[in-house]
Amino acid sequence: MKLKSRDILALEEMPREDVELILDTAGSMKEIIYRPIKKVPTLRGKTVVTLFYEASTRTRTSFELAAKYMSADTVSIATATSSVQKGETLKDTARTLRVMGSDCVIMRHPVSGSCHFLARVLDVPVINGGDGMHEHPTQGLLDMFTMRERKGRLEGLRVAIIGDVYHSRVARSNIWGLKKMGASVVVCGPATLLPPEIEKMGAEATSRVEEAVKDADVVMVLRLQLERQQRGLFPSAREYSRLWGITRERLDLAKPDALLMHPGPMNRGIEISSEVADSPQSTIEDQVTNGVAVRMAILYLLLGGGEEK
Amino acid sequence: MKLRGEPEPLLIRGGRVIDPAQGIDAEMDVLLGDGVVRQLGHDLEADGARVFEARGLWVVPGLIDMHVHLREPGEEWKEDIASGTRAAAAGGFTTVVAMANTRPPVDDASMVNSILARAAEKAVVHVLPVGAVTRGLEGKELAEMGDMAEAGAVAFSDDGHPIADAEVMRCALEYGHTFAKPIIDHCQEPSLTRDAVMHLGYWSTVLGLRGMPAVAEEIMVARDIMLARLTGGKVHIAHASTRGTVDLLRVARTEGLPVTAEATPTHLCLTDRLVHDTAYDTSTKVNPPLRAAEDVEALRRALAEGVIEAIATDHAPHHRDDKEVEYNYAAFGISGLETALPLLLTELVHTGIIPAATLVERLTAGPARILGLEAGSLRVGGCADVTVIDPGLEKSVDPDRFYSKGKNTPLAGRKLRGWPVLTVVAGQVVMREGGVLA
Ligand SMILES: [Zn+2]
Repeated sequence: MKLKSRDILALEEMPREDVELILDTAGSMKEIIYRPIKKVPTLRGKTVVTLFYEASTRTRTSFELAAKYMSADTVSIATATSSVQKGETLKDTARTLRVMGSDCVIMRHPVSGSCHFLARVLDVPVINGGDGMHEHPTQGLLDMFTMRERKGRLEGLRVAIIGDVYHSRVARSNIWGLKKMGASVVVCGPATLLPPEIEKMGAEATSRVEEAVKDADVVMVLRLQLERQQRGLFPSAREYSRLWGITRERLDLAKPDALLMHPGPMNRGIEISSEVADSPQSTIEDQVTNGVAVRMAILYLLLGGGEEK
Repeated sequence: MKLRGEPEPLLIRGGRVIDPAQGIDAEMDVLLGDGVVRQLGHDLEADGARVFEARGLWVVPGLIDMHVHLREPGEEWKEDIASGTRAAAAGGFTTVVAMANTRPPVDDASMVNSILARAAEKAVVHVLPVGAVTRGLEGKELAEMGDMAEAGAVAFSDDGHPIADAEVMRCALEYGHTFAKPIIDHCQEPSLTRDAVMHLGYWSTVLGLRGMPAVAEEIMVARDIMLARLTGGKVHIAHASTRGTVDLLRVARTEGLPVTAEATPTHLCLTDRLVHDTAYDTSTKVNPPLRAAEDVEALRRALAEGVIEAIATDHAPHHRDDKEVEYNYAAFGISGLETALPLLLTELVHTGIIPAATLVERLTAGPARILGLEAGSLRVGGCADVTVIDPGLEKSVDPDRFYSKGKNTPLAGRKLRGWPVLTVVAGQVVMREGGVLA
């Protein structure tokens, strides 16, 4: 089996077969992570570059571990955003990467659409590690993998996504992915943090958290970017936490066996209470492990999956 | 304008002459001589005149583009008067109105004179300068509008920058009223568009790009209309782009206020969906942004009804370094002179949305009326500015062949039907079969 996609840029455009293939493949990859010696030779001789214009130790490490477990060489390039206000640099960097013979580039960038730009310049696969407020497709896939693992299915699930949907690439990827797989999605947050016409993406939208959480199979809490406060989109973290924070009481409105998810890192006590974050319903640690498995699956399918041994 | 001697007489024979200012839409001959229109009629003869066979072609008054950025002085690598006016000639335009936001800006009479002098030396079409409304385009103190009007400025505008301060706009309208020149405003309430790069709506949500709400434009259009009512000064709304703007213009029209508006081919023909469908191609980044389908619909209706009286390109050439970057970092603007007419014919006329004569009116008599120009018609005795169009000619847009230095267009590769084939400026043929002759 091979992916139809050459790059992993967005779940919006990813065919459903590709989503299924990645999730299925991630299942077998996860076994490798639990072995005492976590190393298979699948991608020996391949070079994977992580190009991060925005700090994220968590995502970068996850990709690098995924590559290393499959014996690929990894190179990481971290660039402070301030020094790259001129995008010329991205074009030049891309050209440099091309002539240096990298086999795959994983990029995180603060500007939406930058990975599409990179993919036009490069002839090796590009993986979007999060672009601006657009998408974070591997996060969406690992979230779906986690739901499917715990619930046995995606079809028919009701998923509530709570928080700063406006700025969230995680929310966008999850909406596209989950809708594609037959789940229903409701997004919730203060109206200033819900983008216009999001219903047309196929999600319900509400600012009433109780309504969103009610009877949900999954409650996904987004990280509140506290620096956004300066734009005046919500008055205070205190009020946010009182009106939209996920507490035991609110989580109890969901189905009794509902999962609680968070892409991390958490602002404990603000968007999520420690009580629920550390409860058995929480999948937050699984998400981290599954992130490595899903990224292994993607690298395998993009770089090695085609050749049968 | 660069003229090489006196033009010899030219007989344009047998074309469909469309001159809305005179109510003409009929097959006839047009005779040009001594830089003016000599005669309109049937079976004209003229000894010694060159003959251009125009059977099957449309013969129209030279097109006027009342909103272009020539980038000279200051950013000649993006465009200059020579390249910009050649692009205009290639696109069938015989007159371009040059915006004041050059570097330095055209904000006093010496700068107006300098543009006119440079144009006399290098331009192949008429160049009419716009003067800034405020010194340095800073939106604070009025520039010397009287001096600039005397030097030849045809309008005043801080285009590129909205005039955010309502009191400044009020004074500009009151003061400028004396000179009977319109104040052209780029209407946008800046606090609503900070850091925004496209239209606020479904596609900005999908793409995760910061959006400019339509009301950012409409708030300022409404303000300008109210100030026109207060002062009696002439307001011209640059690049109207939203349905709400159209509604406001209708109100102004009903009241008979001195408010006019233009729309660009871009906003009349393309929607914000294109940003998505081209996967963030920065050639779709323009200000005001590509709007939603309902806005495009409303603009077309307003154009047909005359609520929008002019089409202007807002030709905004950029260097590739300003566009081959991440979407947020890219410059706003589309290089529009060479694709305007074919795009409009393809999307609006050949589809039956706008009659040919209406389109011609909005590109000739409309802008001439707004600016008070003796142009935009084939009146006998008037300047011999003529554009001949082959309505059936099909060609693909190839930015590499643009005369403009700005290759930034979202239309690259698009097949369009209906192109200009002859541009005559003051009796001189400056473009023939797409090739500029000077
Ligand atoms: Zn403008």
